[in-house]
Amino acid sequence: MDWPVTMLLFEQVDMDFSANGRAVPAVRGVDLAVEAGEIVTLVGPSGCGKSTLLNITAGLFAPSRGRALYNGAPIRGINTRVGYMTQNDHLLPWRDVLGNISVPMEIAGLSQARKRERAEELLSLVGLSGFEKAYPAQLSGGMRKRAALARLLAQDPETLLMDEPFGALDAQLRLLLQAELRRVAKRFGKTVLFVTHDLDEAVAIADRCVIFAGRPGRIAEVLPITLPVDRDLFKLRFDPAYNELCARLWSIIAPELASGLAASQ
Amino acid sequence: MIIALRLGLVAALLLAWELASGRLVPEFFVSRPSAIAVALANYIQDGMIFFHMGVTATEAIAGFLLGGGAGFAAGLLLGRQPVLADVLDPFLTAFYSLPKVALAPLYVLWFGIGIEMKIVLAATIVFFLVFLNTYSGVRQVSREQLTILRLMGASEWQTMRMVVVPSAVSWVFTGLRLSVPYALIGAIVGEMIASNRGLGFVLSDAAGQFSTANVFAALLVITVLAILLNMAVRLAEKMLMPWQHAGNRREFSV
Ligand SMILES: Nc1ncnc2c1ncn2[C@@H]1O[C@H](COP(=O)(O)OP(=O)(O)O)[C@@H](O)[C@H]1O
Ligand SMILES: [Mg+2]
Repeated sequence: MDWPVTMLLFEQVDMDFSANGRAVPAVRGVDLAVEAGEIVTLVGPSGCGKSTLLNITAGLFAPSRGRALYNGAPIRGINTRVGYMTQNDHLLPWRDVLGNISVPMEIAGLSQARKRERAEELLSLVGLSGFEKAYPAQLSGGMRKRAALARLLAQDPETLLMDEPFGALDAQLRLLLQAELRRVAKRFGKTVLFVTHDLDEAVAIADRCVIFAGRPGRIAEVLPITLPVDRDLFKLRFDPAYNELCARLWSIIAPELASGLAASQ
Repeated sequence: MIIALRLGLVAALLLAWELASGRLVPEFFVSRPSAIAVALANYIQDGMIFFHMGVTATEAIAGFLLGGGAGFAAGLLLGRQPVLADVLDPFLTAFYSLPKVALAPLYVLWFGIGIEMKIVLAATIVFFLVFLNTYSGVRQVSREQLTILRLMGASEWQTMRMVVVPSAVSWVFTGLRLSVPYALIGAIVGEMIASNRGLGFVLSDAAGQFSTANVFAALLVITVLAILLNMAVRLAEKMLMPWQHAGNRREFSV
């Protein structure tokens, strides 16, 4: 039995952004510990700092106050231990799908044959077989997301940061990829931070769900997802415990939404 | 349809020229299409025009490659080294403001009146166009794409190869396309100043003999050369940037 290792630790993290020379508070007092191999989903109204926390984890910027530790050490500069699937896919327009998926493998120095084989696997996983030679400009939004997902998996990082990765996908494919993400993450002990607006998804794939609120953003509540580790995502729909958790999450979020609406009016 | 209209326009202009020449304007100044056709036929029959065309093309292409290559390298370097770019900025601006053909006499002193002097003159002009375009291309590389690559652990060299160069290459080609006529200017001005071969020499020789028909015929040959060089650049562009017209193959939508 090995001890849980804290992969990611936020301690009293505040984040301010400057707009027109003034500091605008974006995130306030975030305390969060994510264990190695844990899948954590982040939900909450837009603008409450979910992407900001992923950016801090990736080392794109440091917290204004407080500490952000990765694997016990403060994050300094770009964190190459994480793979980041951002809200925009950022595929390289001059590379076709195969070329885009190969980027992380080229960086890692994989052999031509190994690269090709792995790319084929990933393409069929995300349902893009036959589109190897298509350029991003020729793909639909959903297909671009799938290509970005395949690229993330090709990178095979220790920690996966995923910002609304499945938003543009149809329901079947989304379910398929959710199940695959959980399978891969659990099999290889990946730590996952996953932002989503889909509350069912936030419960289905998570070990823990972090609910954000307000502007500036803060953590309103953390909901442990007490479903089995080897749950079958295709049958969750009929699981009372799952439905119970979804209802719980919904009841926490709903007043948030209502107050957000009131605030914006 | 468009082509028919164009041909009609050309025919009408040629006819008007033919009729006006010697009646409204002295033929000495404007020659006439029929005389130019004869002069052109003589050039072609004689065969020397192809030799001269080859000389000018060699100078222009060599200058184009030399200046283009140096401009591309300098643009990449300064685009990635903002401090160096800042330091060099006033010198580059000063040199850029100088009309490059004014360097021709100096180049004659340095390189003689052979082909080298024309190549260097063409290269100097092309250098700045390609350098400036490459530089702005490199400065406009998406920071997000660079960051994504760095998150994947890419080295500076890898980001250069996978992001900076391909992203800048459409700008580079803008510079190259603009450069075609300037490479020819360099070669031809060089030939007009000091040479006994090349289309610039043919041109000044014809003018020296007051043969307006030959001057027009030489101008036509120069135009043909320019069009050929343009087509070569466009072909290279298509081959090196297949993704550029990939987007066009997709049905238009908003
Ligand atoms: N790079 C940035 N520069 C300035 N303001 C930012 C930046 N990133 C985020 N913000 C601001 O911080 C707040 C939180 O943004 P974000 O983390 O993107 O929210 P979420 O992902 O939860 O929708 C928003 O008000 C946003 O405008
Ligand atoms: Mg966001």
